[in-house]
Amino acid sequence: MRRREFFRKSVGAGIAAGAAFSIGGYNKLWAAGTSPEKYDMVAIMGGEPDAMFDLGIQELGGMGTFIRKGQKVLVKPNIGWDVVPELAANTNPNLVKRIIEHCFRAGAKEVYVFDHTCDNWVNTYKNSGIEKAAKAAGAKVVPGNTENYYQEIEIPTAVKLKKAKVHELIMETDVFINVPILKDHNSTRMTACLKNMMGVVWDRGYWHSNDLHQCIADYALFEKKPVLNIIDCYNVMVKHGPQGVSKEDVVQMKSQIITSDWVAGDAAAAKMLSIDPRRVDYIPIAHKMGLGNMNLESLNIKRIKM
Amino acid sequence: MTSSFLRKLRILFSSIVLICFFFVFADFMSVIPEKYINSLLYLQFVPSALKYINLTTMAAGGFIIVLLLTLLTGRTYCSFLCPLGIGQDLFSRIGGRIKRKFRRFGYKKPHTIIRYSLLVLTLGTAIFYGLYLVTLLDPYSIFGRFMTYLGEPVILLINNFLTWLLGKFDVYTLHHVDIRGFNPMTYAVPVAFFLLVGTMSFVKGRLYCNMICPVGTLLGLISKVSIFRVKFSESKCTRCGRCSVRCKASCIDFLNYNIDVSRCVNCFNCIDVCPEKALSYSFIASKEKPANTDEGRRKFVAGSLLMLLGITTSARNQDQEGAPVPRKESTVKEPRNFPVCPPGAGSMEEFTKYCTACSLCINACPNNVLQPAVMQYGIAGFMQPVMDYHRSFCTFNCTVCTEICPTNALKPLLLEAKKLTQLGKVFFIKDNCIVKTEKTACGACSEACPTKAVYMVPYEGNLVIPETNQDICIGCGHCEYACPVTPYKAIFVDGNPVHMAAAKPEIKEAEITTPEEFPF
Repeated sequence: MRRREFFRKSVGAGIAAGAAFSIGGYNKLWAAGTSPEKYDMVAIMGGEPDAMFDLGIQELGGMGTFIRKGQKVLVKPNIGWDVVPELAANTNPNLVKRIIEHCFRAGAKEVYVFDHTCDNWVNTYKNSGIEKAAKAAGAKVVPGNTENYYQEIEIPTAVKLKKAKVHELIMETDVFINVPILKDHNSTRMTACLKNMMGVVWDRGYWHSNDLHQCIADYALFEKKPVLNIIDCYNVMVKHGPQGVSKEDVVQMKSQIITSDWVAGDAAAAKMLSIDPRRVDYIPIAHKMGLGNMNLESLNIKRIKM
Repeated sequence: MTSSFLRKLRILFSSIVLICFFFVFADFMSVIPEKYINSLLYLQFVPSALKYINLTTMAAGGFIIVLLLTLLTGRTYCSFLCPLGIGQDLFSRIGGRIKRKFRRFGYKKPHTIIRYSLLVLTLGTAIFYGLYLVTLLDPYSIFGRFMTYLGEPVILLINNFLTWLLGKFDVYTLHHVDIRGFNPMTYAVPVAFFLLVGTMSFVKGRLYCNMICPVGTLLGLISKVSIFRVKFSESKCTRCGRCSVRCKASCIDFLNYNIDVSRCVNCFNCIDVCPEKALSYSFIASKEKPANTDEGRRKFVAGSLLMLLGITTSARNQDQEGAPVPRKESTVKEPRNFPVCPPGAGSMEEFTKYCTACSLCINACPNNVLQPAVMQYGIAGFMQPVMDYHRSFCTFNCTVCTEICPTNALKPLLLEAKKLTQLGKVFFIKDNCIVKTEKTACGACSEACPTKAVYMVPYEGNLVIPETNQDICIGCGHCEYACPVTPYKAIFVDGNPVHMAAAKPEIKEAEITTPEEFPF
């Protein structure tokens, strides 16, 4: 970011924040606001991950719209790779932290965080910064490294993925919030909401060897669906994904997409990477299966620039 | 000194040492920093000597300290520092509790021929052929194998039980660790030795140390000229024989006021038990000293008694726990030429020359990619660690094994250097690949590759298929591990017999820029 740009943006953000404080008061950011209009998606640009989420969730009526008091909540970020946050292979820890805080504000009894990592899980939880951030917000960080944490489920209407083993937290929590990070992907072209579900199952290899795109779409049939998908597009890995090699793979987009429709979320996210969603096979497959709407024109989208 | 202070000191000190060793090997979560492990291992005789031969720096001079200590005090090492020796004392104590007979030792003649033959054989083979017998008989390595092969599963069992119990209460501070075991062949040696050393110590105290252990025999030879030793005061002694009965080394011939210093391990039990305080640990000088003629010195004949336990050739055990089942089986067998040896090994030849198969690295590897070799390095390298990419892969951000190796068979690598050390090279077998055989997307290998030595290129229709760039491949094996095809992988790493330097991945600026507006 150039200096001038930085000034312009920070002044803008300052005004926005100031306005938010003076008009609604800071507490309103937390409160279950009364939104006159119902949006299918909120997209925010130009702020820090946590500030963008504050604004976005307010537009959707606050976290209280999605969580009832006393519920157990699972927040599932992408914690796939043993790299530092700057390399954007894992969800931004500050975003994860702020989401957990909102959950507790909304009365969540317990918030859990886990992922079935690709790299060594102990190092990955640590170096991603997510373990620390989540614990600081009061969440329980749970391992996903061994098979005994996973329970067999059936997806009878699936085409390929008729059975899977999912993490016990998927089954034992009341509310599920999906927090992927948008990334380039060598094989599926992009990864965000739907593909983040590869981190809740034990046997990813089955997906890879049995028509990956179909399996990704199939999983979305499973009854435990996320109430919210919060796509972290703050730092975006635009090549060498999903793991990345260097910081040159990352572009700072300072954006965020929040939606209950994960197919729509993926379609919007694909466009952030200048990819036609129709070219990401699992998106049209999931759309045809009625799992969401990839036609963004027909959706009511709230766009916010900070 | 005649008080029981020495014995108490020995028990306290050795308990601490044993507990430290226990934790080093039980540390499956890698919480103990490498520098503590290194300082604990510094004084281990065989690893330190090998490291010295390898490096010739005083930084590896732990064994010289042990030699000097022995010259000064006798076989203090055996009772204070050797984890196998201390472990035997524990066993002996339990044995004694169970059966009265097992705590009454009495004087026995030394097994002169056996012990010196073994020492000569061990040294001889080490000098002329290789480490075989050193690997087999080094007490520290034996202890390491006990812990890795037999102790760790028990520790994990307890951990997993506690994890399960805490999980019931919604507490996730501990985590479950699968007990996956090794190739069954590799259990033969630790189990056989556990039975041997276990029974001997249970029944006969330090018999193993005085009959088989080459380190014990060597230090015993040096002890013969040690300055401090346990001595009789003939004037005080009433020849009650209690000292001899309590002597785990069976080396007190009280009738002749004679203590075989080559077998005495400085446990100081005799001093403690003597009611007349006729035994003391003191400066050699003083009066009569019947120069304990050890008849064995002349019977120095090498007898060969190889007890290698019928190790037959066995194929590499490729277990595929939880492996996915693709629709079609792969058809092309991976044409492997060399095993992949761990980072820091330098070359297979150098590595196998200095490794004593103590298994510390196998134990410490956070990814369990290090496995004891069966025949990958040939019979000489039995149980030395080898990378098993069907089981796991080498974590990009990790150098643990290189930092803790006590013999320097694995040399320390800085993380940045390790990330550019090529252990082997990647090979892609297109005819096994899902993208070709099933015509569906996969890319698991490329996804896993930390340097993008495996990348995807356009294939039929909307599909992409892997391609490789060996120059930037570091041979970490993540692609091979991730490849879902069975029984043969579509991508694999063939070891470099001599590790090489990998080129740095090329870095280009991204073409996509920061958006000003939402593209939707």
